[in-house]
Order: sequence, then structure tokens, then C-alpha cells
Amino acid sequence: MKHICKKLMILCIGLVAYTAHADVQIYITEGRDDARPVAVVPFKFESASEVKISPPHNFSQIIADDLERSGKFKPVDISDLPQNPSDITEVDIDAWKELGVDGVVYGVVKETAPGKYMVSYDLIDPYNDKAVMESNIASGSYPLVDQSFHLMVLKTKLVNDDNFRWAAHIAADEIYEALTGERGAFATQIAYVQVDRLAEKPYELNVADSDGFNQTKIFSSKQPIMSPTWSPDANKLAYVSFENGRSEIFIQTIATGQRELIASFKGFNSAPAWSPDGSKMAMVLSKDGNPEIYVMDLATKRLSRLTRHYAIDTEPSWNPDGKSLIFTSDRGGKPQIYSVSLAGGDAERVTFEGRYNAGAEFAPDGKTIVMVHQNNGNFHVAAQDIETGNLTVLTTTSLDESLSVAPNSSMIIFSTVDGRQKVLSAVSMDGRFKARLPANVGEVKAPAWSPFIL
Amino acid sequence: MTRSVKLLLALFAAATLAACSTTEPAEDTTDTTVQQDDATNAEAEALARQRAAEEAERQRIAALLENTTIYFDFDSDAIRSGDMELLEVHAKHIQATGKKIVLEGHADERGTPEYNLALGERRAKSVAQLMRTYGVSASQIEVISFGEESPANPGHTEQAWQENRRVEIKYQ
Repeated sequence: MKHICKKLMILCIGLVAYTAHADVQIYITEGRDDARPVAVVPFKFESASEVKISPPHNFSQIIADDLERSGKFKPVDISDLPQNPSDITEVDIDAWKELGVDGVVYGVVKETAPGKYMVSYDLIDPYNDKAVMESNIASGSYPLVDQSFHLMVLKTKLVNDDNFRWAAHIAADEIYEALTGERGAFATQIAYVQVDRLAEKPYELNVADSDGFNQTKIFSSKQPIMSPTWSPDANKLAYVSFENGRSEIFIQTIATGQRELIASFKGFNSAPAWSPDGSKMAMVLSKDGNPEIYVMDLATKRLSRLTRHYAIDTEPSWNPDGKSLIFTSDRGGKPQIYSVSLAGGDAERVTFEGRYNAGAEFAPDGKTIVMVHQNNGNFHVAAQDIETGNLTVLTTTSLDESLSVAPNSSMIIFSTVDGRQKVLSAVSMDGRFKARLPANVGEVKAPAWSPFIL
Repeated sequence: MTRSVKLLLALFAAATLAACSTTEPAEDTTDTTVQQDDATNAEAEALARQRAAEEAERQRIAALLENTTIYFDFDSDAIRSGDMELLEVHAKHIQATGKKIVLEGHADERGTPEYNLALGERRAKSVAQLMRTYGVSASQIEVISFGEESPANPGHTEQAWQENRRVEIKYQ
């Protein structure tokens, strides 16, 4: 009897509607035709009690959505799966070969106590019967059957209601890395400014998971908030706030909410950018009469000035080697990107194509810079290869700004105008995958992708 | 209003009398009262003209002082020639009254927010500099840039952008 109940419960899982919703929705607007087919089998659920019929979130669905949002994978419809294994011994390799998928993910969510779960999941490559040799899966950790040689990922994790979604993102990262050789960036967060002009405090600085879920308010104000940016350890955010009537730079510790005013010089204080080692912060101050790039030692608060020019110099972004910065300057008449060494010396021009290039950001891999590029009167995201200098326009949206690159350099998130609304959008580094991320309330801008979160 | 109507009537009367006096032959030189009247009328006429001119100027300045926003071209901090008079009037008023002002610089949403913050400041400073050439002391002017963060019109059209590329003079 008990056995039958359990089976019924498992059957029910496919019918359970997950009611959780994202604060920022993500719609894929342009997929890639070369996205690789993968299968994510709905995970089996084993309840501790006979009352609870589902875990807090759909673990396997989160993995499938993450993989699809990377633009590199196309999960097969659940209705088209040839079988629903939950264990390596149940896997029919030939059935998956016939389906033609590059990977199969399956697993079990087992409730161990109320709100606590043991999640086990595997990834197999149906075509590679030596996969386990190339993976670092310890022998003896799986039942030795013929199918075992196809294992690429074999994991068991203890999670709870609070970190359930996060654990699914980490699982998606592990699967993504096994399939691509590149680290996944699903278990990351996005900081952004949300503006609801009808609210008592219209400006909000929020942080959400990379899929738009779990939005958390960091700071809200009656006055504008600009330019949020993450510390390299992902524990702090620096941003510009007008709460005292003009732009000043604050650092806020995310976990405690503790805030520190670090730049409140005469004129404006803007465009904070942490050095890769976290010890310094580049910023733009107009205290000496004109916007110039400065670097502040965060321990001593001492400033050193990097630029000296009557033109606008702003938007510093660190080269990942920590030795130089790129920035926007209109010293040539129109805004273009320049590079300056931390050691001093003259600035060198970096961009030459187009009349307006601004807001450049280094990709964390140091191979590309992305920027706002004016083309036919409109403002698009463009990427320039550091080595060749070739510039590629990646978007067809309008009024793109505030670019931020994912920590694995695979994707750029940015602010754009969609119809009458300011929304976030994402584009892959090659421009072939695009997604739109509208908010439920108000307009969203100034996105900042977090570093990898350990 | 009634006052200016009266003023106009007075002017009209003076003009008529003046016209009479020029068309009348000057042979009747014994009538000194008329001569005296003519002199008084001419004086009144001049005074009335001056008052009217002053009143018109006062009204023109009051109207200009009401206008506290000037607009800019895309990615430019150049003050349009049509705004020079407005800024001169504000400058003289600030100088005369010793008032303090904040010049708020703004940009439209095109381009990047951080560049636009710098552009907003440059616009406000360009206005500040002109006001100083008209004699306003630097201590009376504060410059604050809001970049593209505080649009006058939150729309995404050419019209909205023009309304947002501005410097607002805020009397303290």
C-alpha cells in the first residue's frame, strides 16, 4: 500500500504547477540554430512524509532553463523523451543515441526531513563510452554497469528550501562546464536599478539571481541611483547615489547592509570600478574642475590621478591584468575609447570605427572589449577583439547602454528601450543569441553581472 | 491694466496737443499760458514715454526671469544664441539681488549614463561661465549634474530628448 502511494506521488510530480515567479522575466528573442540538443529528464521526487507531493522548486526545470538561456543548448521537450530514468541502471543508452542528444541529465530529489533534501544527479554522454575516464568521477562511487562508462557528472548534494534554486544553478554550471569545457555562470547574480516613478522611493537598487528570481532590495531612495558594480569577491556593491542632492560614491556590504560613503568631493563623483584584486577603485571625479579618472587605494583612501585633459574622461574599466584601464574620452571631439596605464603615461586611442563609442567594458577573459557604439544614429552593443581590433555590432535594439559582461565572458547584459519601456536585455558574445528581460514593475537599468560566487 | 489705458490716453492727448501746436501759426505769441501748457505737455509726454518704456522693460525682464530652463543640442554644451539675452537678464538679477543659484545640468538618455553625467556638468558649467562674464560671482553659483537620471519628459522620442537636454536655473 505504501509502495503504491509513493508511486502515485511520483506520478503527480509532472502535474504539479510551480507557482514561483521571477521579478525580472527572461524571454529568448533570438535563438541559435547551432544550439546543441540535450535532454533533462524530470527528477524523481521521494517524499519523507506522505503529505508533501513536491519540492519547493522544479530542480530539473531550472537546469533545463539555464542551459537554454546560455544559447548553447536546446533542451528536448519533456514529451519527446524516450524514457524517464532516475538512476544509471535504468538508462537505455541506445534510446538516447536514437534521439540524438549530446547529453542526458536525470536525478532524484529525496526529502530527508521537512525542508531538507538530498539531490542526486548525473550527466551522461550517450556517444562516449569512455566519458567516465575523462571526468574526475571516483570509481566505486557508482554502480558498475555498462552505462556507467558514459558518466560525465555524478553528484549528490544536501540542500534545503532556502538554497534549493541556487543548488540547481550550481548543477547547471557543472553540466554546462562538462559539456563545453567553459565554466558556467548560472550561479551568479545581477545587480540593477529599478525605477517606479509612482513609488514613494522611486529608485531601488536590487540584486537577483541570473535567471531573474530571488530579487532582493539592497537600497532604495527618493533620488537617483547609478552605476552599481560588484567587488571582485561579490560581497559588496559600489554605486552612485544622489541621496544628498548630488552624485556621491557609496560602498555597501550586501550581507549586512552596512554603507560607507567613499567619494564626496566637490563636483561630481561617479563611475566606480573595482580593481581585479579588490584593493583599489577607479572613479571619475570633477573636483579639479573637469571629469578625470582617479584611482583610490581603498585602505588608505589616497587618490592618484590618471588623466589630465580638459575633455570629458569617464567610464573606467580595468584590464583584467590590473595594469591598465580603458575609458571614454571626447578629447578627439567625439567620445571614443582610450587606454591608460596605471603606471602613468599618455592615453592611447583604442577605437577608431564610428563617431561615438562609449561605456566600454573589458570581458573578464581579457580578449574582448564591449562598448556602446553609435551606428546610423542608433546606439548598439558592439564588441572589439583586442588582438585584431575588429569591431562587430551585436545588437539591433535601440538606445543600448550600461553593458556588463558575465564572469565567463559568454554573455553581455545591458539596458535598452523596448517600445516605451526601459528593460534589460542580454546578447551572447558572438551576437547570435538574444534575450529580453522585462521587469514586472517600472523600468530596469544599469545592470551589473556579479563575478563568480563561490 | 486701467493704469496703462490711462497712460495711453494721456499720451494720445499730449500727441494731439503737440500736433495742434505745430500746425497753429506761432503768431499768437502773447498767449503765454498756451506756451507754458505746451512745455508742460512735452515734459509729461517724455515722462510718460519713459515710464511706458520702463514698464515694458520691467515686464520683459519679469517674463524672462520666469523662464529658468535653457536647452542644448545633442552631445553639445554650446549655449544657443537665442538664450544669451535670457542668461544675461538672470545674471543681472542675481548680481543685483545677491541671490544664490544652483545650475542643474541634464542630458537625454542617448549614449551612456556616466558620460551623460559629465555632459550635464559641462552644460551647467558652460552656463555658469557665461554668467560670470556678466558679472555674477562664482560664490553665488553651484553646479550639479543629474546626467540622464532625472528627465523632464520620461519618453523616448526626439521631442522628449530635446526637453531633457537642458540646464535649469534654480534660485535658492
